[in-house]
Amino acid sequence: MAQHEIRVHVNGSEKKAEVESRLLLVHFLRETLAMTGTHIGCDTTHCGACTVLLDGVPVKSCTVLAVQADGRAVTTVEGLEQNGQLHPIQDGFWQEHGLQCGYCTPGMLMTGYALLQKNSDPSEPEIRQAISGNLCRCTGYVNIVKSVQHAAAKLRSDANPAS
Amino acid sequence: MIPPPFDYHAPQTLAEALQLLQSHGAESGEAKVLSGGQSLLPLLKLRLGATGHLVDINRIPGLEYLKEEGGVLKIGGRTRESALEHSDLVRTKYPLLADTAEVIADPLVRNLATVGGNLAHGDPANDHPATMLAYGAQIVATGPGGERTIAADDFFLGLFSTALQPNEILTEIRIPVPPARSGGAYVKLERKVGDFATAAAAVQLTLKASGEIEKIGIALTNAGPTPIRAADAETFLTGQMPTAERIAEAAKRAAAATSPSADRRGQIEYKREMARVLAARAIKRAIDRATERTKEH
Repeated sequence: MAQHEIRVHVNGSEKKAEVESRLLLVHFLRETLAMTGTHIGCDTTHCGACTVLLDGVPVKSCTVLAVQADGRAVTTVEGLEQNGQLHPIQDGFWQEHGLQCGYCTPGMLMTGYALLQKNSDPSEPEIRQAISGNLCRCTGYVNIVKSVQHAAAKLRSDANPAS
Repeated sequence: MIPPPFDYHAPQTLAEALQLLQSHGAESGEAKVLSGGQSLLPLLKLRLGATGHLVDINRIPGLEYLKEEGGVLKIGGRTRESALEHSDLVRTKYPLLADTAEVIADPLVRNLATVGGNLAHGDPANDHPATMLAYGAQIVATGPGGERTIAADDFFLGLFSTALQPNEILTEIRIPVPPARSGGAYVKLERKVGDFATAAAAVQLTLKASGEIEKIGIALTNAGPTPIRAADAETFLTGQMPTAERIAEAAKRAAAATSPSADRRGQIEYKREMARVLAARAIKRAIDRATERTKEH
């Protein structure tokens, strides 16, 4: 079949659409759903600007078909903020000036978010390894690493308010 | 970039997937298996390839696993690279495999990319082919008539060409469980994370109690139209004490087995020289690891 009816849970709400087989997940998000927070950078699986979480796992949405996400959960950068409150990873990038032009930022945020879900206290090498599939052409990696560390510290203190 | 149009199928069982491959022009190669998609989708997007039908195997249960059984490590064809990367079993007992998984593309790609796909794509620039040659792995192909096993040595036929038939799916990889005093290493030179190898060497070996090399597999990535087994270097070292001189000579012989082509990653002479350097490093690291493991036991 060349056309498919899909239901995707995007940031917690179900989105239904009729899509072509060849439609990429990133185009589904940006064009079908008009959620333009997810960026298209290189479009060749290198830069990671299009990173989203698919069932909680960070992947490059330019290299996944929309139809592959049928019945699955997608989290985009728009899903980080809750009730008007920035997620600590977003706050970290703000506090530590983790962006310059901002193009890579949605991808960096999603990869950083996924890392902190698994590792609440990542070392600098662990952060650098985790973001090695996300390119920042402003070369602002030092502040990006600081931003993730800032978020990690915030998440840890939120989890253990007494300490 | 948008791929050319195709029909998409999401079978729930292996039998259904094989049926789809068979009925949608398996003979003409008009149907392709979508596993991790991290090579296939870019290829379609860049319009370097086209297909009438994509058969997505991601909804079939039971294709992702890592288990030791009957003297072999069985890896499900759709096992993600990230699963190898984070497996304690792989890290402690299969260091060559762990080394390889860590340098394939980047962490995001490895969350989807699969071991079976890395092999079935038939790209000599991919990292697992050399690894599987060095291990002497067996590849299981499932087709309409059932399963057959293909030795890694017989699997890679040419550029993007493998022994896998268009109506078959690569369902499992079998690596012999390494005996005592074994070690392995994969050493890759890449310009940046995510790049294909400028050159890379895979080595798996077993030492005798007396220190001589009992068995060794040496293979090279991106050094010709297929992954290359450095048979001459293997023969040269087998039964010998691995002295610095012998390792250097074996590395030279490994480099002589390559036929790289010049591209943005370097000239032929440079790549061949890097193959020599990396082969020597991989042999040394494999010996160190075999020795460490022996001390632990």
